[in-house]
Amino acid sequence: MAITATKGQTGLTGNSAVAYAMKQINPDVCAAYPITPSTQVVEDFSSYVADGAVTTELVTVESEHSAMSACIGAAAAGARVMTATSSQGLALMWEMLYIASGMRLPIVLCNVNRALSAPINIHCDHSDSMGARDSGWVQLYAETVQEAYDNMFMAVRIAEHQKVLLPIMTCLDGFITSHAIENISLLEDQEVRQFIGEYRPATSLLDTDHPVTMGAMTLPEVYMEFKHQQSEAMKRAKDAALEVMADFGKRFGREYGLFETYRLEDAETAIVILNSAAGTTKVAIDELRKQGKKVGLLRPRLFRPFPWREMADALKGKKAVAVLDRADSMNAFGGPVFNEVRSALYDLDNRPKMINRIYGLGGRDYKVKDAISVFDELAKIAETGKIETLVKYITL
Amino acid sequence: MEHKKEYPLGGVIPKGGTAHDYSTGGWRKLRPVLDKSKCTNCLICWVMCPDSAIITEDGKMAGFDLDHCKGCGICAVECPDKVKAIKMEQEAE
Ligand code: SF4
Ligand code: SF4
Repeated sequence: MAITATKGQTGLTGNSAVAYAMKQINPDVCAAYPITPSTQVVEDFSSYVADGAVTTELVTVESEHSAMSACIGAAAAGARVMTATSSQGLALMWEMLYIASGMRLPIVLCNVNRALSAPINIHCDHSDSMGARDSGWVQLYAETVQEAYDNMFMAVRIAEHQKVLLPIMTCLDGFITSHAIENISLLEDQEVRQFIGEYRPATSLLDTDHPVTMGAMTLPEVYMEFKHQQSEAMKRAKDAALEVMADFGKRFGREYGLFETYRLEDAETAIVILNSAAGTTKVAIDELRKQGKKVGLLRPRLFRPFPWREMADALKGKKAVAVLDRADSMNAFGGPVFNEVRSALYDLDNRPKMINRIYGLGGRDYKVKDAISVFDELAKIAETGKIETLVKYITL
Repeated sequence: MEHKKEYPLGGVIPKGGTAHDYSTGGWRKLRPVLDKSKCTNCLICWVMCPDSAIITEDGKMAGFDLDHCKGCGICAVECPDKVKAIKMEQEAE
């Protein structure tokens, strides 16, 4: 059921909250194909369309490849465009993800994280969005329903920022966040409208007075310049995100950054972990802190662009750090978050010892005791300075 | 667009109809040749050509735009059986 509340506190699942954010954003076009566990986003949103609560053109396509293709076409026509998907759906969009970013179309996609087949599995891990990390999309991750809801508004502003103009993916954990009900605070429609403003595309295929050609072929003498432009825009997206998050905090009182730190400042060892599992880790940290152990957490929010400088700054001086990946790069050298965080710390004079633990694939539970045993291992590494196993699967 | 820094974002070409300025006829292996004495000016070839390479003058078939004709032979096939005014010939000959 689509919700009818218009403001204030209400209990919502992650999916309903995202759909409600989309209703408040009222995009010009939404082209989507339902897939577990993000189905409810599109289901709720289609109720809003049917009820006339939004003026969005909802395009019900025959596949996710078509969904992203229709999003690209609509965005090229100058529309504000949104969609949602998960797992195989994102995988089927793959080819088109690169077209969206290469054409600099600020499409907003909500990806409800789910494992990739095979074997087939409908539960949470990050192999879908992590696989898309090099597709030129900005990526924002969320721990809670509230954050997933708030990220939607910030995503619109970051993607459409004049210095960015790149598509953006907002990610939340399938089932764990998408289907759990949380009491969250909603913005008023008016506040949303003022925050996101109107979208004014630089060019539109429908503007016949100023005809343009999009998607033209480029040969070796210019292709690289376009990729360079894209790369520079991705760099600028960090400052744009900071600017947008600061404005969001100022207006609505909820503060967000490039990443979240929890009891990190005086910590000697730390876990770096994305999304909902950060909540479990915080509970473990509170327990260990009671025993006088100096442990902390860093939870990345903006993964693309990767804020390596800031991250290195936040983790410098730690004795040992474990990066926990909910996806494996299948490179025999650790998961994607590990490889990037470890690389970010390379230039530090006093680098922490670092290990990678792969956890929670295909929805496998990650419990407080799992976080505690990682911290125990880190304590040993901090004491001896020796790493026994660099990369290891836990929660097996 | 002399300076590379000024390339438009995302490769957008800021005007329409630019395909006309880019010659693609060099790919052609077969070349359409018109027998004007047979042609009835029905313009089926003009409708069917996927590259808009049939040139017309005063509503009559006037020949081929060989800068853009890719030699697919569709016009030769589509020209009505009773007429068959277009023949495809090897480009090299
Ligand atoms: S050969 Fe093909 S491209 Fe050339 S004029 Fe005929 S139909 Fe057009
Ligand atoms: S289809 Fe044949 S007869 Fe008709 S205009 Fe073309 S060449 Fe002439």
